[in-house]
Amino acid sequence: MVTTGAGAILRSLEAEGVEVAFGLPGGAILPTYDAWALGTTVRHVLARHEQGAGHMAEGYARASGRVGVAVATSGPGATNLVTPIADAWMDSTPLVCITGQVRSSLIGTDAFQECDITGVTMPIVKHSWLVQDVEELPSVMKAAFHLARTGRCGPVLVDVPRDVQEAALEFRYPDEVDLPGWRPPERGHPRQIAAAADRIAVAERPVLYVGGGTLNAEACGELRALAEGGRLPVVTTLMAKGAFPETHELHFGWPGMHGPKWSNWAMNKCDLLVAVGARFDDRVTGKLAGFAPGVEVIHLDVDAAEIGKLRRADVPVVGPLKPVLRELGAALAARLDGRPPRTEPWLRQLEEWREQFPLRYGESGDTLKPQRVLETLQELTASRNDVIWTTGVGQHQMWAMQYLLCDRPRSFITSGGLGTMGYGLPAAVGAKAARPDATVVCVDGDGCFQMTCQELATAVLENLPIVTVIVNNGYLGMVQQWQNMFFGERLSQVHLTNAVPNYAALAEAYGALGLTVNTEDELEPALEEALASGRTAVVDARVCDRQEVFPMIPAGAAALDLVEYEEKAGLVS
Amino acid sequence: MIHTLSVLIENKPGALARVSQMFARRGYNIESLAVGPTERPDVSRITLRVDCAQGSLEQIEKQMHKLVNVLRVRELTRGEAVERELALISVNAPPERRGELIALAEVFNARVADLGPDALVFEIVGRPEELDSFEELVRPHGVKELARTGRIGLSRASVATPQRRQRV
Repeated sequence: MVTTGAGAILRSLEAEGVEVAFGLPGGAILPTYDAWALGTTVRHVLARHEQGAGHMAEGYARASGRVGVAVATSGPGATNLVTPIADAWMDSTPLVCITGQVRSSLIGTDAFQECDITGVTMPIVKHSWLVQDVEELPSVMKAAFHLARTGRCGPVLVDVPRDVQEAALEFRYPDEVDLPGWRPPERGHPRQIAAAADRIAVAERPVLYVGGGTLNAEACGELRALAEGGRLPVVTTLMAKGAFPETHELHFGWPGMHGPKWSNWAMNKCDLLVAVGARFDDRVTGKLAGFAPGVEVIHLDVDAAEIGKLRRADVPVVGPLKPVLRELGAALAARLDGRPPRTEPWLRQLEEWREQFPLRYGESGDTLKPQRVLETLQELTASRNDVIWTTGVGQHQMWAMQYLLCDRPRSFITSGGLGTMGYGLPAAVGAKAARPDATVVCVDGDGCFQMTCQELATAVLENLPIVTVIVNNGYLGMVQQWQNMFFGERLSQVHLTNAVPNYAALAEAYGALGLTVNTEDELEPALEEALASGRTAVVDARVCDRQEVFPMIPAGAAALDLVEYEEKAGLVS
Repeated sequence: MIHTLSVLIENKPGALARVSQMFARRGYNIESLAVGPTERPDVSRITLRVDCAQGSLEQIEKQMHKLVNVLRVRELTRGEAVERELALISVNAPPERRGELIALAEVFNARVADLGPDALVFEIVGRPEELDSFEELVRPHGVKELARTGRIGLSRASVATPQRRQRV
């Protein structure tokens, strides 16, 4: 088939089975948008800002398990994608970004809207291509998709000069990828898996420390079989929330800076830590030297470079988690040989700690507590079949982690590694595009919401109805918390006010449903109305300010030095 | 400790930038770097030296393996590799000192690459330590300019099957 470079891009997307791409046109990508106008099966969702398009593609990828696609023009369009690309890099989200570039003859001349985007993004992509010959385009597209989703998932970028989009070629989508330097492991080493099973079989206080890699590997079933077979307690990181059912008796919360005491104690007082697609992030470990002292570590990961990067692994297993966990489960079962595992006293101990140190917050006063908003959302959605939560970054995100219970994979979508404020709303739009029948709720902060709220227009006009609940304390809440705790209560540039803008009116201006909640009595009816409306809705829940997230491992402290609750009057009222 | 790495990369635009950028991003300083063609036109070889602990070296190798353009990474360990470097050294050489300098050069198998009224340009190829010694000896005469290629290396032919570093 003879077509243009632009046509080849669309035909490649079709050949990859791409259902939807998120983007915003501009000069250097015009030929590709013309190809869209000429006809394709790929739906295009028009964002209002390229950052929104990028986060939508991320939300789509995380909700569907497929590769997200974002499209932008050269220069500022491409640089607006940098934040989503960095976000996808940190959280291992499979993403293909296609950017227009100025004509080949203009590259290097500081032409209008020229930017060396392959240079700018080099540290935050798995790989990138500046396509200089239209004949290369099909094989580059093939390689881009293959690379984004194999091994450890992540973002790739394809930069296509305008003249390359316009050039003619005989299009044929290749069957094979030609990437001699990309050889992700196909299975774990049997000897390492056997060694891991040996240790787990005799451990008395083991813990499965589960990270987001488990979701990317689609290995949640294998994880569950391993945990149940060995009676192994599970903690899931923020990125892995939902990878193991949170109402399951073997689930013991979330580790890290704002994880409950019992989750952190499980991680730090165990005798064997089995890291599954997790990377010993500083927000999980606290001070590394004080993390899980003396504990033996088994580390399972598809990325060899994660093993030993921060914490030495006594038993490293490099390989894709799905077969690794399956083989490990079988090997463990063979060693137990019908004998009950030794973990029951440990499980009783963990349950005791959970009883002893419950999550709590001050309930006095008439003002609406932010935690109450999350609890109510949990109650109201518990009976719904398919709920996807997305969040921004900050206090509301941590409360969402603590109070929402996710029993299914891909039901909690958040920015973990990069901590990108403004991620939640566009990610929700992308998630809705991936799973149109799901109830998609973005739990947002007032600071986060204002960073990407223009995408309400996308949600409304593209018929991707999402509910956004703003936990509105009028502050950059997490920054305020740190100023309170570590900077002598000197609040500096964190007060946003809870009334400007009028969020409900802003929502209405975008054609969405806007509701304001000032008291606990108003909360449930408003949330119910928003959830039942079937429309894009914004619930502005005005909560009390100066509420801190606890427990907390102060930055630089060891996990065992976790501050459970701030007893100082006024902070937890 | 200084380690020498021999890296085969695809001969593609940006491949060298990706390697050097990875070092910068992860906070490792490259001591020397030489890049050039190999027996295969589509493959280039980088020989680079980095000063780091053994643990960091493993991390560097793993991170390099993740780069799509990188085909192979090997450490060239002392004794198992042939290493060479080339230097061009321009030295002050008024006519009365020329003889002395040229005699010195002969000891090191250095060649006179160019001769001017009051300067000589030497060309020397050898083990990097030999170049260091030669540089040291001509320095008192006044080195005007100096350029070294950085070392390149190959496994010794006498090492039958080069030990591949165990990848965990």
